[in-house]
Amino acid sequence: MTDRNRIIVIGAGHNGLVCAAYLARAGRQVTVLEAANQVGGASVTREIAKGFRVSACAHLSYLLDAGIVRELKLASHGLKWAREGLKTVALAPAGEHLVLDGPRAVSPAVSDTDRKAYAEYHARMLKFARVLGKQHRRTPPRVLGGGRSDLVTGALLGLDIRRLGRDAMREFLRIAGINIYDVLEEKFDSPLLKGALAFDAVLGTNLGPRSNNSVLALLHRLSGQALGGTGPSLPEGGMGAVSEALAAAARAAGATIRVNSPVARITQDGDRVSGVELEDGEKLAAATVISNADPSRTLLGLLGARHLETGFVHRVRHIRAKGMAAKLHLALEAMPSIARLPSELAGERLVIAPDLGYIEHAFDAAKYGQCSPEPALEVTFPSLHDKSLAPAGKHVLSAIVQYAPFDPRASGDTARKELLDHTLAVLERAAPGLRRQVIAAELLLPADIEREFRITGGHWHH
Amino acid sequence: MTQYDAIVVGAGHNGLTNAAYLARSGLKVLVVESNPWIGGAAVSRENENGWIYTNCTYVSSLLRPELFRDLELARHGLQIVPYGGGVSITSKGDILGNYTDEHVQRREFARHSPRDADAYHRYSTDVTRQCKFIRPLLLRTPPDPTSFKPRDLREMLFLGREFAKFGEQFVYDTMRFYSMSIADFLDEYFESDLIKCHLSGSGIIGSAMGVYSPGTAYVLLHHYMGDVDGSIGAWGFARGGMGAVSKAIASAYKSYGGEIITDAPVERVIVKGGRVAGVVTKNGNEYHAKIVVSNLDPRRTFTKIFDPKDLPPGIVEKANNWKIRGSSGKLNIALDGLPEFPALGKDNPLAYGDMHFLDSLEKMERAYDDWKNGTWSKEPYLDLLIPSMTDPTMAPPGKHFMSVFVQYVPPKIHGREWTDADREGFKNTVLDQIARYSPNFKSLVRHVECRTPRELEAEVGLTEGNIFQGELTMDQLLFNRPFPGYAQYRGPVKGFYMCGSGTHPGGGVMAAPGANAAREILIDLKRPGIVPEGWQDD
Repeated sequence: MTDRNRIIVIGAGHNGLVCAAYLARAGRQVTVLEAANQVGGASVTREIAKGFRVSACAHLSYLLDAGIVRELKLASHGLKWAREGLKTVALAPAGEHLVLDGPRAVSPAVSDTDRKAYAEYHARMLKFARVLGKQHRRTPPRVLGGGRSDLVTGALLGLDIRRLGRDAMREFLRIAGINIYDVLEEKFDSPLLKGALAFDAVLGTNLGPRSNNSVLALLHRLSGQALGGTGPSLPEGGMGAVSEALAAAARAAGATIRVNSPVARITQDGDRVSGVELEDGEKLAAATVISNADPSRTLLGLLGARHLETGFVHRVRHIRAKGMAAKLHLALEAMPSIARLPSELAGERLVIAPDLGYIEHAFDAAKYGQCSPEPALEVTFPSLHDKSLAPAGKHVLSAIVQYAPFDPRASGDTARKELLDHTLAVLERAAPGLRRQVIAAELLLPADIEREFRITGGHWHH
Repeated sequence: MTQYDAIVVGAGHNGLTNAAYLARSGLKVLVVESNPWIGGAAVSRENENGWIYTNCTYVSSLLRPELFRDLELARHGLQIVPYGGGVSITSKGDILGNYTDEHVQRREFARHSPRDADAYHRYSTDVTRQCKFIRPLLLRTPPDPTSFKPRDLREMLFLGREFAKFGEQFVYDTMRFYSMSIADFLDEYFESDLIKCHLSGSGIIGSAMGVYSPGTAYVLLHHYMGDVDGSIGAWGFARGGMGAVSKAIASAYKSYGGEIITDAPVERVIVKGGRVAGVVTKNGNEYHAKIVVSNLDPRRTFTKIFDPKDLPPGIVEKANNWKIRGSSGKLNIALDGLPEFPALGKDNPLAYGDMHFLDSLEKMERAYDDWKNGTWSKEPYLDLLIPSMTDPTMAPPGKHFMSVFVQYVPPKIHGREWTDADREGFKNTVLDQIARYSPNFKSLVRHVECRTPRELEAEVGLTEGNIFQGELTMDQLLFNRPFPGYAQYRGPVKGFYMCGSGTHPGGGVMAAPGANAAREILIDLKRPGIVPEGWQDD
């Protein structure tokens, strides 16, 4: 008979750690098992060259729930922000860059009409995102056949939508299912503004601006800010610091965290789980096993299809989880100067997606298994805010590169080299001379992300 | 200057259906049509001596059987002839055919993939279930989800109950289904690229989306939810071309005492003291009525036949934002004989149905990329039929009529208007593709009517040539069609209604929008019970 109080969490990603921390606080005996040699999953800081450290996968924090930060006292466990609320700077080929700072869109290339329209758009999207954000701390309701709590959450969602007011509710129901291209074309003229706003909707997804569902993806992204968050922020020490703080909180609450402990399978006794078996053969008993791994790895890999119904297995097999975002890290000899951008803005979140067509073309290539010839980029220089990331005077660049196919037509090595070339060419155009400053470069394709961070498909939303 | 009870602008099949019900309730009704012929896009014309062209729409399935019976369209001369066959041919000469016999169909699929043959049953069960869910909603007015009126609440509850009937899993499946691409949807069932291509065509017809675009799974459903003689998903020819549908409805309308004036383009809807008072035609004639119904698409309705001053603020903007992208073209071809398709061999019954030339989903998606880049597809998706094989009235004896629907064709070429040279280039692209699969085809071509979005707009009045009067995407379906708050067929001016396929449930020659709008008008006039509502199971 296993101890009812024992809980095993598989994976010390940030969600696994949060889960462990809360359960440990509630008095459970929690063990977290992590396959890698450090905690954090995709929220880790790694060295790419001697003295140069980067957030190896996720690189900005914008959705971290403020309530959790408070409740788990992450500040007292070492979480500090190097910079909160980065502005977005959309780089224009002609140099009339655009700064998006809250409801303000500032650029000589953006008309007053667009500026006004942007302020309205910003407010409205945040209002919609708030509806989604409020559901984040609720368990999604079952539509039918659920219990009272499902009815309550369902009703709360309905109420949240109703509370938008009639006009906003109508607009919400109209645009929630469609694509960002259509929404932006209705509201704005400036190609640069449209490009920057569309990029936020497709970032990290398998969608182009014209793909339906991209509005929903945008609302998801904005939901952190909509609930009072500061927007994209850089933790001191990189994203690994968030995980370290969570791990410290979990440990303080009494949880045990073991790294270098890959789980081979979830063991079962009859029709219920009995614990886990590690790859080295060690067996751990527990009445409850929680997986932080993605559904396909968990259900097909760890639990095993033979323990599941065929219909269910079929569904799991068809979860669409192929990532299309690559990650670029550069160690730089010196801070490159970005053409016609005041240096105080170089540390903001830089976006290279000059218009809707640019992103759509980048997407089209990836549909057919090719890397975008001209990728769209989200670029940060975290070392400008956090000296711990690079040797004095030197810098690191961390960028999300879209789009990269999960299964490129060419071999992975060819695709990686190709995309790195294309990306550096795009960067060089924005910051002439950047190429010469590169000491080390690392580009992770979705398949690399799958391998290194154990995320099936390498999709950051799994 | 004559006084009517109601005036319908546009003699498309929906305008005529609407007018028929209004006339049947005893109202004095006038239909004004800009063309010298009636029918809108459901029209048959003799463009070549002895050949009947079904100029725009070419097959029937979605026409609501309830309306067919209720308006006694058979008595008014409409005959829908179901057709069998249908085949996809690859560039290597391989084929995938449609068979009505379930076992034969299974063997055909198994030839390409035994696994897919097994999956087909699961696939058709799932799609049929979606059809069964949606069919009762077609002849109903969508509820306004923001309203607390008893009728809207009742209808919302009805929707919920319909959903619940199918069980919890169905609800989740439906939510996924409506937001998926046809390619992803088919991937859940099939592995053979040809089978996926063959089935995905219905997901893109008439739509400015590619097979990889989320939202195309619904478009597939829109083409599947019809039936011919109770067999779901079947398609048929209207004997004499699709113009026969309009003719029969017009005949029913006239039998109730209705009047039609052709060659009478409407200049403006007259609005007096905040409510409609009639219409003025371009030649200056005024016709008065307290009810005006528009069969035109929403963009055209509010930007072309209204004085913006007569409309509440925001309506013109909504009309301009209405997504009505042209994405299709049509070639109507008079042939001196039956073209041979070597891949099919002689006298193959598959040739009676829709023919496609397909290789891969990627090729289909690239056809869409061309459209996005502002040009017609270099390798377009064709839906090719030879109706005269089934319906001999379409061509002289021994001769044939071929209808070729083409996806994708943009409303403008790289942002500029179409020229005649462009149209010639487009025509040749299509003819060349057919000739690659049928060596004797070109020698049989006698006359070609080539329709790009430019002609479809100019001749039929469909803005940008969009065959559904507006995209079938979530922002433009159900209570969002045509605009949130105006989905119950009532327009923004008192006495003004909309009945085109730009309203729920959309295009496809269903005649449902026309009937639903008539029901709402008659509710306002306190004459209920004249238009059938809901769905009667056969």
